[in-house]
Amino acid sequence: MKELEYPFDVDYLIKNKKKIKKKLLENANLLEKKIAILGGSTTSEIKNMLELFLLNYGIKPIFYESEYNKFWEDAMFGNEELDNFNPDIIYIHTTNRNIINYPTMYDDEKTVNDLLEQEYSKFEKMWDKLFEKFNATIIQNNFEYPYYRLLGNKDASDVHGKINFITRLNQKFYDYANNSKSFFINDINYVSACYGLDKWANQFYWHMYKYAMEVPAIPYLSFNLANIIKSIYGKNKKAFVLDLDNTLWGGIVGDDGVENLAIGPEVPQGQVFYEFQDYLKQHKSLGIILNVNSKNEYENAIAGLEHPAGCLKPDDFIIIKANWNPKNMNIKDIAEELNLGADSFVFVDDNPAERAIVQNYVEGIATPEIDVPENYIKIIDRNGYFEVTNFSSEDLKKSELYKDNAKRSQMMATFDNYEDYLLSLKMKAEITDFKAIYLERISQLSNKSNQFNLTTKRYSLSDIEEVNKSKDYIKIYGKLEDIFGDNGVISVVIGNIKNKDELHIDLWIMSCRVLKRNMEYAMMDKLVEKAKKKKIKVIYGYYYPTLKNKMVKEFYDSLGFEEISCDDEGNKVYRLDITNYENKNNVIEVYE
Amino acid sequence: MTKEEIFERLNNVFRDVFDDEEITVDENTTSDDIEDWDSLEHINLIVAVESEFGMKFNMNEVTTMKNVGDMAKIISERASK
Repeated sequence: MKELEYPFDVDYLIKNKKKIKKKLLENANLLEKKIAILGGSTTSEIKNMLELFLLNYGIKPIFYESEYNKFWEDAMFGNEELDNFNPDIIYIHTTNRNIINYPTMYDDEKTVNDLLEQEYSKFEKMWDKLFEKFNATIIQNNFEYPYYRLLGNKDASDVHGKINFITRLNQKFYDYANNSKSFFINDINYVSACYGLDKWANQFYWHMYKYAMEVPAIPYLSFNLANIIKSIYGKNKKAFVLDLDNTLWGGIVGDDGVENLAIGPEVPQGQVFYEFQDYLKQHKSLGIILNVNSKNEYENAIAGLEHPAGCLKPDDFIIIKANWNPKNMNIKDIAEELNLGADSFVFVDDNPAERAIVQNYVEGIATPEIDVPENYIKIIDRNGYFEVTNFSSEDLKKSELYKDNAKRSQMMATFDNYEDYLLSLKMKAEITDFKAIYLERISQLSNKSNQFNLTTKRYSLSDIEEVNKSKDYIKIYGKLEDIFGDNGVISVVIGNIKNKDELHIDLWIMSCRVLKRNMEYAMMDKLVEKAKKKKIKVIYGYYYPTLKNKMVKEFYDSLGFEEISCDDEGNKVYRLDITNYENKNNVIEVYE
Repeated sequence: MTKEEIFERLNNVFRDVFDDEEITVDENTTSDDIEDWDSLEHINLIVAVESEFGMKFNMNEVTTMKNVGDMAKIISERASK
């Protein structure tokens, strides 16, 4: 819903939230998550706005809200309601209003350090306690700057200054965040700066209603928070699809000629476009892939991208569609070629008409409302499409992986027989029990995989850690490499052992990067091998249909399972006796 | 701006905020008359009224306002749109 994307109309949202909520609830395909809001000030409107933004991301929040300023009591001493609620996410909404002891000019440096430790340890104890009690993710506000400076500019550098104190306290929060995988900072320090601290800290709202920021600022806070949550649940965007003329450079390459494009340091316009290209290029290091979708002759498009003063080069893109087809058609093709859902794309085009068509025909795609070139970065950045919550080293090489795939397709074209092609790839797979170093990637994969995903069960990092610790599961991952490169961890199977000799497959996922490589057979062989060692006789498989996983509708049939039930919604249960199982993979060399 | 115009626009704001097309406010309307009008919704109402008329209430005004009539009086003195 456009109203819930940046830049949003705050007055409209505040006035119409009830109507908007009703409309969003019409979506039947919502993921329910339990969110506990532990507040150090009033949180009512923060909750209402968060609900809208999350619904817009396909997440239906169920809330627990602490009593006014009872965050500490709830966390440390618990209460029955919160315990029974058993949250997936705990959001701690504290602000500088919750700092109890600031230093004064009478304090010596040691006293200030003690105060800092005292303020900090209160929080650390609370987080530790919550982690101990709940298998949840914690999101914690950092502190915004205070709205006055007793020492003037020295407030920033002197240990007695509130600004200095808050900066040091924030740093300690970040250190904690860097040592925990399930703890995230909601950066209200940045959000309040963007919004304007004077407005943010409008004291009317504190003294009247105990809101720690002015009410019209709340949508910005809640949006920022919703972006963290949607990222945790794998709802980030994955790729850019970019127009060229007046989007990546100033001018029209076909009409103006390459030499007359505005790109590079000579003119202000050129500088703006260069910075934008640079901004896009930096996304490659986050695993975001770049593609082109432009109405142009192909040669002209390439010539523009080879402009010597440009930052992006043809090689930075995975797919370049430069033709005269409708852009929505090109997007469908790009999605198919990349094996990605088009709803994971961000389409950037300066032309509002093109954006409207794409928005209309491609469900779920983001089409940021960019206006003038100097605002492109801000509008895209503030939307938080690619919010980083778990970053794995896989992401650094994502673009390369897609490139390798393009080379594989070329090679495939030279073989008549598909098996010969597979053999020519000289594939090697490591398939074995979960290892600590891969848990983060495994969780990430469980949240990102939509198509080759039999049950669409999502696992947070702490869920995966639980599974890893338990003896009741057979849990394996698969890594695949071939002559073109290493794909990294691309498949995961989790089976739950029940009644001694039954294995129930809770999760079977595979990255679409390695479709049709017989990796699923190799995984099955290993699963059976491990199951037999645990004296398992029968494996049960489950298929739960979603809008996206039709691809694996008949997966268990193809592995020789027998369908034993199917309900009205198409949820199926399968069974396979593994006593006489014969290995299926004969193209991948497997090691542990 | 006439009193009628102010009340007409106020009616629209109230209807949006409380998502109830039946609401009609007059000078004597208070929070007791509208079911969802609690202290938490009050703040949203104030924000919505401020944005509708392009003006701000100060703290003293908000704390002493007794009914919609008081609100309309301040609006008629200060509205910028």
